[in-house]
Amino acid sequence: MEFLYSVIDTLLPFEWTEFNFMKNAFVAVLLITPLFGLVGTMIVNNRMSFFSDALGHSALTGIAIGVLMGVDNYLLSMLGFALLFAVGISAVIGSGVSSADTIIGVFSSTGLALGVVLLSASGGFSKYSSYLIGDILTVQPEEIALLGCVLLAVLLVWGLFFNRFLLSSINGDLAASKNIREGALQKIFVILVAVLVTVSIKWVGVLIINSLLVLPAASARNVARSMRSYHAWSVGVSMFSGVAGLILSYYLGTAAGGTIVLVAAVVFAVTFLAGMVSGRRRAA
Amino acid sequence: MTQEKPHSCPDCSSCAQAGCNCVDCQCSVRIRGLGVKKKDGVILHDVNLNVRHGEIMALIGRNGAGKTTLLKALLGRIPYTGEIYFTSHKGEQVEKPKIGYVPQNLLFDHSSPMSVGDMLCANLSRFPVWLGQKKAARRRAAEMLERAGAGPELLNKKLGNLSGGELQRVLLAFALEPMPDLLLLDEPVSAVDRRGIEVFYELVCSLRVRYHMPVILVSHDLSHVRQYATSAALLDRTIRISGEVEQVMASREVRETFGLPAPEGEER
Repeated sequence: MEFLYSVIDTLLPFEWTEFNFMKNAFVAVLLITPLFGLVGTMIVNNRMSFFSDALGHSALTGIAIGVLMGVDNYLLSMLGFALLFAVGISAVIGSGVSSADTIIGVFSSTGLALGVVLLSASGGFSKYSSYLIGDILTVQPEEIALLGCVLLAVLLVWGLFFNRFLLSSINGDLAASKNIREGALQKIFVILVAVLVTVSIKWVGVLIINSLLVLPAASARNVARSMRSYHAWSVGVSMFSGVAGLILSYYLGTAAGGTIVLVAAVVFAVTFLAGMVSGRRRAA
Repeated sequence: MTQEKPHSCPDCSSCAQAGCNCVDCQCSVRIRGLGVKKKDGVILHDVNLNVRHGEIMALIGRNGAGKTTLLKALLGRIPYTGEIYFTSHKGEQVEKPKIGYVPQNLLFDHSSPMSVGDMLCANLSRFPVWLGQKKAARRRAAEMLERAGAGPELLNKKLGNLSGGELQRVLLAFALEPMPDLLLLDEPVSAVDRRGIEVFYELVCSLRVRYHMPVILVSHDLSHVRQYATSAALLDRTIRISGEVEQVMASREVRETFGLPAPEGEER
């Protein structure tokens, strides 16, 4: 870590890098944002943005369960509950009784409400309200190492399974004709999203985590014309918004997570207009 | 795993003309007692059907007769009772058949930034396409397109920006790699213009001749069935009649289903 700090001091001799908590936050952003950029592409492809939002909301109940069980580290209880939640959603959707977005909506609000009720019952919700918006500035070096591990895991899954993810995202029947097992892939992907959301919720927050997953990929879609450019744009937009948002929040004295999301939203607007202009030019 | 010699399938009477040992006389797909039940009732029951190598079998029937359901069962997308056997042209049983599928109207996200090259290369190679397309895979993809009657310029086009005819050809190229044990065409022409239809069918016919591939073709257009299929089967929850095209088309069952005039009258 000391080595990383000195590298940052040498390369970025600015006021905002003087503090160690800012250095930590900077490194964490450099690890989290490519993660969100990568995974976001497939979340948007599979139209699962509502689903990842629900997983974020379930984290609150996960924390509450951790509190009730008296553990200090809520990571395991959050992850456990998020996976249970995901399995529950898939099972209810699979029954075909109601439409997917309705079911996810029901689960999502239940997860949030249950979390709020349990946490307020066990001694005041305000103690945990930081989880709602997150605080990247509190990230610790060992947590940065954890983020690094998650990034490696995502890269590994993206390297091994991406082509199959892609084919099954086009059309399930088409994937089935190539002996691609959609169900197994779906499980891998859901676990991946659950791990990502759980690990980063403390710093990004329940309320904005989904914006960070969706906005970079959505911006990338406005301009990309192939999978490679889609990923390059998504990761690029995500990292740019992350770093720019972090620096801006330092000078403006605003919450880092919200500022990062706002930067990403501006980028989305710009790419949207650019995509419209270039689309019109191609059509002409 | 049982090894099956040509002509040794005892329960398939339609194939194996006496004495003939050519590939085209051997059964490729045998469907035995297939049934599909859903919540709202029986969709298919007691479906028995043989498809030989190099045969284009037209599957016809009114709307809701279960044609798409049968295709989904063949794809393994829905649970079914009964058995489906696949036999290679060498006479060996195929446990995990490769199926080429050209769907009717491919439902997909037209705004997805996926190029034709991405789709074909994802099918061809393990190298993840988000890192780019390998040169060898791209060359191979161009060959696949050519085989399906399309040019390599499509590789850089977005899948969502293709015309109906282009999309059909891309889907056919996709379906033919790896070379399938069975090709399923689900009304492949509904979005294509007339000239495109002919080109597409001629292509399928040439593939049949060249690769002895069995083809199941779901179609509403009886004139296409007459022109391009070698055999036909009428489906209405079960197989009502199957056999040579002319024989099936002239049958009372088909005339009743489609409201055709008696054979003495003018053909449509």
